[in-house]
Amino acid sequence: MKKIRCALIGSGNIGTDLIYKIQRSPVLEPVWMVGIDPTSEGLARARDMGLKTTAEGVDGLLPHVLDDNIQIAFDATSAYVHAENSRKLNELGVMMIDLTPAAIGPLCVPPVNLRQHADKVEMNVNMISCAGQATIPIVNAVAQVQSVGYAEIIASLSSKSVGPGTRANLDEFTYTTSNAIEKVGGARKGKALAIINPAEPPMIMRNTIYCLTDEKPDQSKIIESVLKMIGEVQKYVPGYKLVNGPVFDEVPQGHRVAVFMEVAGLGDYLPTYAGNLDIMTAAACRTAEMFAEEILAGKIQLKAVEAA
Amino acid sequence: MSENSLKGRKVILHDMCLRDGMHAKREQISVEQMVKVATALDGAGVPYIQVTHGAGMGGNSLQHGFALASNEEYIGAVAAAVKQTRISVLLIPGLGTMRELQAAYEAGARSVHVATHCTEADTSPQHIAYCRKLGMDTTGFLMMAHLNDAKGIAAQGKLMESYGAQTVYVTDSAGYMLPEDVKARVKALRDVLKPETEIGFHGHHNMGMGIANSIAAIEAGASRIDGSVAGLGAGAGNTPLEVFLAVCDRMGIETGVDLFKLMDVAEEVIVPMMDHMVRVDRDSLTLGFAGVYSTFLLHAKRAAERFGVPARDVLVELGRKKMIGGQEDMIIDTAMTMAKQRGLLKDVA
Repeated sequence: MKKIRCALIGSGNIGTDLIYKIQRSPVLEPVWMVGIDPTSEGLARARDMGLKTTAEGVDGLLPHVLDDNIQIAFDATSAYVHAENSRKLNELGVMMIDLTPAAIGPLCVPPVNLRQHADKVEMNVNMISCAGQATIPIVNAVAQVQSVGYAEIIASLSSKSVGPGTRANLDEFTYTTSNAIEKVGGARKGKALAIINPAEPPMIMRNTIYCLTDEKPDQSKIIESVLKMIGEVQKYVPGYKLVNGPVFDEVPQGHRVAVFMEVAGLGDYLPTYAGNLDIMTAAACRTAEMFAEEILAGKIQLKAVEAA
Repeated sequence: MSENSLKGRKVILHDMCLRDGMHAKREQISVEQMVKVATALDGAGVPYIQVTHGAGMGGNSLQHGFALASNEEYIGAVAAAVKQTRISVLLIPGLGTMRELQAAYEAGARSVHVATHCTEADTSPQHIAYCRKLGMDTTGFLMMAHLNDAKGIAAQGKLMESYGAQTVYVTDSAGYMLPEDVKARVKALRDVLKPETEIGFHGHHNMGMGIANSIAAIEAGASRIDGSVAGLGAGAGNTPLEVFLAVCDRMGIETGVDLFKLMDVAEEVIVPMMDHMVRVDRDSLTLGFAGVYSTFLLHAKRAAERFGVPARDVLVELGRKKMIGGQEDMIIDTAMTMAKQRGLLKDVA
């Protein structure tokens, strides 16, 4: 079967893990890995895995985009350079999946709103953050049942799974995730907290989701909606698991619904504790696959974005 | 000999009643109470007081509780009331952001503890740099310092110094450390940091070691000590500041703070505010003994009550799972899992 050819930008944890995910996809094929350091371990690994590589950044990729028929690119660099990367590739008709907190395109959580982004043929979609991918489906599952005035999520990540980019830019992570809890999750106000835990052996990614519902929660409907949503996420992240809850409490702030999740990864690049890495790359891969399926079926056509 | 060895040493005292004390009050200290406490501490000559939600800027949350007023309201009211005292805030990256630092500065804060877990200093460069840009007295605050060895603490402190921290703290959040542990870490920092970079120690009294540990820190080169009057703070409380001051006075350590006035603040202002006597008891001693984050105490008691599992069992399990500050949600989660194992709770599906 024909596959859509992809480029990966950024050869850190996320970019490397993406190679594994894309190689397994029935509709995607990883072709290029873009880095900035010729001696980097990530580029060497990509070469070993059969990808073409450049250490010249996105500019090193541009001359090959048309010849190699690259149609989808994944950007796992940083919020600061993403906009420029996206502009250059969009001009060549390449659709961009943004795994940085830049969020210049619409925010995407596959089981919540991927369908509508594909229908609109968005040329840039943003994957928010690992914490966003792990928690927003649950916020949305509650918000589908009744209105949520406030949602707060706490992501616990093992120290070994958090790369230098995320560490140095925690504020961007916080802002992007909080905003997406509102825009995609459906809460009127969102707040995101991140904790990096150095325990050995590393702790598996944990996420807690608190929602305050406006009215007294309809417990059985919320439980049903949450379990259904977990099933949807498990389609692309099998290790997405409910540990405790939903549990309902009356607190001074109102009616609280609490859900305690765990995310085990597939152990592709980092071991299974790094569910945070997996849920991000798996969501990005799922997103690319939906676009790829539509392109291959002739339902949508990517169009070059005219330079402004 | 040790009595006189510290004679003449100058040490800066930093009171935590209006920040760490918020934990012991479930964040329910009013603006009026804050102004009263701050005015009293200012009158006694305390040079720095920390004023925020117990979890710092950005702390208002379901995870950490909601205070009676915003951090900006507290800081603004206190800053307007004090004459000589400088107001500091706590900021934990991942919880508070640079927007909140800016707001704290505008409200009147001039000093900051930028806090990370003792192995995660590299989550603080943005925030430390931003505080320096604002011109704030900037501390890098290494929490749960017993979970990293002296060499590790020195390396983490060096990172914070490289981001711009003017002081690096060894923070015994669990009240677990013994004087030799404190000395080793402070000394290791002193060996690697620039001579002008100060070292601080923040103790908790869960094992009754707050004062002894603070003295040990000074002996090893620390020049800033956190405590709170009457110990109002998380767990068995912070190093009780008036008691520590009495020891300093006897040893000839110079602080510029008036002992009798500070005793009066403890007796007349702080103790009457307490919801429970902040002291070493079964649960707070468990924190110190097991090396658990002091703030977990009241959360564990609530979760224990809700799910019918003893608080001490929950705390020991949290220690075993190596949960760190900020993971208060895992207290409820752990209590629920334990309740299921004991047949007290069922899964929803």
